[in-house]
Amino acid sequence: MEIKLSAPITKEKLAALKAGDRVLLTGTVYTARDQAHKRICEALTRGEDAPFELEGAIIYYVGPSPAPPGRPIGSAGPTTSYRMDPYAPALLDLGQAAMIGKGPRNEEVKKAIVRNGAVYFAAIGGAAALISKSVKSAEVIAYDDLGAEAVRRLEVEDMPLIVAIDSRGCDLYERD
Amino acid sequence: MRELDVKEITEAIAGLSKETNVSLSEDVKSRICMMRMKETDEGAKSILETIEKNIKIAGEEDIPLCQDTGLACVFLDIGQDVHLVGGSLKDAVNEGVRRGYTEGYLRKSVVTDPIRRGNTGDNTPARIIYDIVPGDKVTITFAPKGFGSENMSRIAMLPPAAGEEGVKDFIVDAVRQAGGNPCPPVVVGVGIGSTFDGAALMAKKALLLPLDEHHEDPYYAAMEDELLERINKLGVGPQGFGGDTTAIGLRINTAPTHIAGMPVAVNINCHVARHKSVTL
Repeated sequence: MEIKLSAPITKEKLAALKAGDRVLLTGTVYTARDQAHKRICEALTRGEDAPFELEGAIIYYVGPSPAPPGRPIGSAGPTTSYRMDPYAPALLDLGQAAMIGKGPRNEEVKKAIVRNGAVYFAAIGGAAALISKSVKSAEVIAYDDLGAEAVRRLEVEDMPLIVAIDSRGCDLYERD
Repeated sequence: MRELDVKEITEAIAGLSKETNVSLSEDVKSRICMMRMKETDEGAKSILETIEKNIKIAGEEDIPLCQDTGLACVFLDIGQDVHLVGGSLKDAVNEGVRRGYTEGYLRKSVVTDPIRRGNTGDNTPARIIYDIVPGDKVTITFAPKGFGSENMSRIAMLPPAAGEEGVKDFIVDAVRQAGGNPCPPVVVGVGIGSTFDGAALMAKKALLLPLDEHHEDPYYAAMEDELLERINKLGVGPQGFGGDTTAIGLRINTAPTHIAGMPVAVNINCHVARHKSVTL
């Protein structure tokens, strides 16, 4: 049973999700991975704005392959999330609503998820050709020089996700 | 002496860059299918079905299986009776990677400097491993290596007293610690013996071995089966969400080592276990 979820997502919508739920997400998501996170956090430290509105934002940890002719994006599966753990709590505290990646998160991220009523979604790692079909448009909005690591605004439709850590901190990676 | 123009090597590598990123070899596909049929956890089964669907879409639409189209690992088995002409072999390999990754819409995932970063923009340089072998042919094996799984790889310089159990426990523990990070189900490449670097290279080369074959020594052949079984009892499961399918294959390479040592390296690959060879 899949739950349809449309962005912008509210705290109420997120509170209804439980670890293990299968979700089809539609709406705007922003891509950012290692270097983009570093730059965003450095910009925030300097008192500058992030390249997109953090309040309510969904960030997808992905560095897509280049778009072949006639397609909005190349293959676009998740990258491993723990590398963003040093940056994620600060962004969640500034209003980021959800993260999409793969693999477990550390305690600081989990605490920030619960503190802010956020959600961590997992996309299926390696299923990048399949996931790319749910991306309807993609536009680089910052850090173009980073190539695959640039920040992109994606419009997605029925993107298949699994709730990995819900807003109460229930964690699908810890089943025992 | 047979002459071979390095331009042929460039051509072959450009082609292999695209081919390996779009389709998997039959042994890998059949292992995924077999594990899906045996899987008893419904959620895990569904993830394996999605993985198989992804393989189908990538093939039909000619797009990469995974967005991480890897750091290009190029293994060259060069016959000692071949004379390579037409320029530098290393340049020819990198030109093949540059062309393959640019023309094939593959991701450029290489940074110039490990600490200061900075994308090279064309996925070069490749990691090239040269071996001199008998004959007058050149065999190229191309294996794009994703780093979600590379990051989960480990090496240990175990004391000989650790014995067989110490080696086996280290290997199983490496997969346990990797958990959901390397996109399980994984393929596990193991190198036992040689030197620090030798063990690591054997582990990487073990990832190129067919999953439907075994080590030629029955002792290690049995160990391959035993370790795969132990790993699949860890319960990590596809994507780390639980299940019987944590690894689809495990292969071991071994070599003699020093009286004081027992190096063990574990190189982890995700289920997108890509490699292909051509002989020129």
